[in-house]
Amino acid sequence: MATTITKPETLVGKRIRRREDPRLITGTATYVDDIKMPGMHYATIVRSPHAAARIRSINTKKAAAHKGVIAVFTGKDTQKVGPVPCGASLPGLRVPHHHILAMDRVYFAGHPVAVVVATDRYVAADAADLIEVDWDVLPAVADPEKALAKGAPAVHPEWPDNVAFNYHQEGGNVEKAFSEADVVVKQRITSQRLIPTAMETRGVVADWRPADRQLNLYSSTQIPHLMRTLVAQMLGLEENRLRVVAPEVGGGFGSKLNVYAEEALMGFVAMKIQQPVKWIESRRENFLCTIHGRGHVDHYEVAAKRDGTILGIKLHIIQDLGAYHQLLTPAIPTLSVLMMPGLYKTQNVRADIVGVFTNCVPTDAYRGAGRPEATHGIERMVDVLAAELKMDPAEIRLKNFVTKEQFPFPTATGLTYDSGDYAAPLKKALDIVDYQNLRNEQAQARKQGKLMGIGMSTYGEICAFGPSPATPAGGWESATVKIDPTGKVTVMTGASPHGQGEETTFAQIAADELGVNIDDILVLHGDTAVVQYGIGTFGSRSTAVGGTAVYFALQDLKAKIKKFGAMLLGSDDVSFSGGQVICNKTGKSKSIQEIAAASYRAMKLPPNTEPGLISTHFWEPPNFTFPFGAHIVVTDVDRDTGAVAVRRYVAVDDCGNILNPLIVDGQIHGGVAQGLGQALWEQAVYDDNGQLVTGELMDYAVPKAHMMPRIESDHTTTPTSVNPLGVKGVGEAGTIGCSPAVVNSVVDALAPLGVKHLDMPMTPETIWKLIARSKS
Amino acid sequence: MIPQAFDYTAPKSLDEALGLLAKGAKPLAGGMSLIPMMKLRLAAPDHLVDLRRLKDLNYIREQGAAVHIGATATHYDVENSAVVRGKCPLLAETAAHIGDVQVRNMGTIGGSIAHNDPSADYPAALQALEAKVVLKGAKSERTVSVADFFVDTFTTALEPGEIIREVIVPVEDSGTGTSYQKVAQPASGFAIVGIAVRVRKSGGKIGMARIGVTGLANRSYRAAAAEKALEGKAGSATEIQNAASLVAERVDVNSDLHASADYRRHLAVVYAARALMAALARSA
Repeated sequence: MATTITKPETLVGKRIRRREDPRLITGTATYVDDIKMPGMHYATIVRSPHAAARIRSINTKKAAAHKGVIAVFTGKDTQKVGPVPCGASLPGLRVPHHHILAMDRVYFAGHPVAVVVATDRYVAADAADLIEVDWDVLPAVADPEKALAKGAPAVHPEWPDNVAFNYHQEGGNVEKAFSEADVVVKQRITSQRLIPTAMETRGVVADWRPADRQLNLYSSTQIPHLMRTLVAQMLGLEENRLRVVAPEVGGGFGSKLNVYAEEALMGFVAMKIQQPVKWIESRRENFLCTIHGRGHVDHYEVAAKRDGTILGIKLHIIQDLGAYHQLLTPAIPTLSVLMMPGLYKTQNVRADIVGVFTNCVPTDAYRGAGRPEATHGIERMVDVLAAELKMDPAEIRLKNFVTKEQFPFPTATGLTYDSGDYAAPLKKALDIVDYQNLRNEQAQARKQGKLMGIGMSTYGEICAFGPSPATPAGGWESATVKIDPTGKVTVMTGASPHGQGEETTFAQIAADELGVNIDDILVLHGDTAVVQYGIGTFGSRSTAVGGTAVYFALQDLKAKIKKFGAMLLGSDDVSFSGGQVICNKTGKSKSIQEIAAASYRAMKLPPNTEPGLISTHFWEPPNFTFPFGAHIVVTDVDRDTGAVAVRRYVAVDDCGNILNPLIVDGQIHGGVAQGLGQALWEQAVYDDNGQLVTGELMDYAVPKAHMMPRIESDHTTTPTSVNPLGVKGVGEAGTIGCSPAVVNSVVDALAPLGVKHLDMPMTPETIWKLIARSKS
Repeated sequence: MIPQAFDYTAPKSLDEALGLLAKGAKPLAGGMSLIPMMKLRLAAPDHLVDLRRLKDLNYIREQGAAVHIGATATHYDVENSAVVRGKCPLLAETAAHIGDVQVRNMGTIGGSIAHNDPSADYPAALQALEAKVVLKGAKSERTVSVADFFVDTFTTALEPGEIIREVIVPVEDSGTGTSYQKVAQPASGFAIVGIAVRVRKSGGKIGMARIGVTGLANRSYRAAAAEKALEGKAGSATEIQNAASLVAERVDVNSDLHASADYRRHLAVVYAARALMAALARSA
């Protein structure tokens, strides 16, 4: 047996390569579609080609008779399955009943209407083509502003105004602030619908063991435990009879922070056919039927003094909800409201949200979930204000920041910002780009007619969701740490990492706390039969909340190790370090292996101590965390074509203490890629009939490697006091900080032409038209 | 994303392949367009004949004053072939712009031009190069110019049962400057506009100019008016601009989600000028 080498060196803070990568790089990871079971059948879902239609009838006879088909189900068969759940609640929220298969009406293109189950996936797809639906096509509405107009088609006939909810929040005295203002700037700002586009589409394998009354559900999800609770309810199955496994999950970005019709549907099918069944979402289905993100039309007003002091902010959000509420749909824009003041001191805010039904797939959490929209809005508005007052965008920000002496800082929206030094990353980023020289260079370039832009954003975000009273499903996280008789360590986290690297960072924490080699640590997650109940991975929470749970479980365990060590050494005066309990008087020591063996052998036990070394901790966070940072982007706009080239991208992020800089850099890079995608290329386009025009990767432009600039990533470090690790979260920071910096840069480039605002994506054609207009 | 059932044959000889194609089978080369269409069930051929294993179709060789490129030469082959790079560099440069590494490793020149996507890259270069295409049927073989080969969107001069055997590209005279300049659609990588240019000067004047255009219209074409405007000119910035402005004359320009007709037309002019500048800079 290999001996664990004790090592005084600490791993936290080091660039440790990700321990999950070898299996991913060598193609040996097990995703849902890699699961094969004896007798497994395949399901194909028949979906509505129309955005709005009544179903007069569905004829399944030909499909059912097709060789190899063993079952066809429609909404009539599944109507007793509970509705697809919405976990968010708002006063007066209208919640349409969301059947897993359509009953007599469909509400968006892609709406599931039937499922065909066959011996292989080719037969299932052929048979699905044989299903005949008699449609009565109805007028649809795909644009939230059009949906609010008088006479618009009603998405749900019972609510002809298409309004799902109105939400109001206010802090301070906005009217007074606006009446005292020297200047008020207004701007309509959109945050277009985006398609999350995880590399792995969704997929489900359901395996029903009737003799055991046991359903095993393998799903590409971010939230196995919540899914277990909710799908069990939908199926009328006792929760302890349902096991959910999230195998390797190929990205989620929030799109798998959900419970979808297909998860309950596959459970239903498996229980009916008494055989395992697999469904794998195609890319086209992924675009049509997995949630989209964003979908905002925002109207901002900012009141300020002539010296640039921001006095108050008014915000009116039109949120495109789509046809239904998925798990968190209506809650997402409320996060935008929470973060609407950004990093600024102003105590006077007012926000209204109108949530609008459209004949589109629902929107829900997508990387950043409400905060990119808020940050985009306030960071655009600060630039609009700076332009109005002819102030430098850096100067106006520095003037309005919450200062570092003011923490913890209560915001006008009811939050308490934990810690911060907002000027620090901005000043660092300005130094990195050599801001003054850059402005001089820009002045020269402008004299030559060149369109060079310098844009910045200073973002703040809300992370580490979160205190349970402020979350829909509990905001704690759980961890179990156990040490085997041979001294090997297993960490089981209730978080469900799917690319975030916690198999590495949690192992780093455990290795340091226990003083053992990182190779002796195994991190398990994502299986409800293995791991104690947990909440999951989303909202940049896993390390800050889940990692803290691991940390506290380790503290309990260390105390127990010391007790056993003290017993074995026959001394009360012991310390624990480097994987050894050491007698402070004699210097004699017992290794963690010896102690583990003794704890299980249990020949003798310390007083009031149970055998074994295992500890479980559920950690409830006292507050959110609030990371922040500054991104500066230098762009060159091609005057002839309108094309934008990103010359420099500087990101200075402060996510508190950094456990693994390699992983943090990766998160920033990926986040910025998605932010750039929104700023420059991506948008989900529906036509007036509710057909998704960007239904393929041939038309929906996610950024590719060759489209990315080099990202100059740097950090400041302001630990949080919310958790003992001092970490804040970084999964969404890159996305949140990015889009306003890019847009501000391009607007700055075009400022000599009189351009004051651009909506996203800033396509070359849009910019070319503005350039052409300025010439005429 | 699951195609309908189909038969598949990988014939051992070209004759065997042509025999199957004469009976209505559909040829498969790199599959970069056909397979996605089948997966989306937009195409449902009963029988595919895989041409990729036929050695008779996979070659690049210099023969006389021309480079002969077998139909199943991949874009990677064309991009990296010493013969193509040396003797008709415009085609190698163009091949490097197609899709991504994976597509270039799988996709073939014959498959690409037989599909004749109006936004594909090759046609611009082949038009400018005045290339020829050899079409082979079970009992016949004929050679057509690319001007006649590219008929309309997804339509070529290929008759049922015929396949492309090879593409013949004249060896470039030394001193000719060439360039392919492209605006890629950000999602697909296809050309919103692609301009391939060949220019040759003699005695300080442009003696020959060829401009192939893709992405702009229902089919690729040579911008004859623009070519003519350059002949006998020194190639000043104004002359280039004047010629470029003719590149989309009397052309019914495409419009889609990614570029309106007006913008495409404008890009064609800008990119024609850029391609001409680059080609002139490379000419002797």
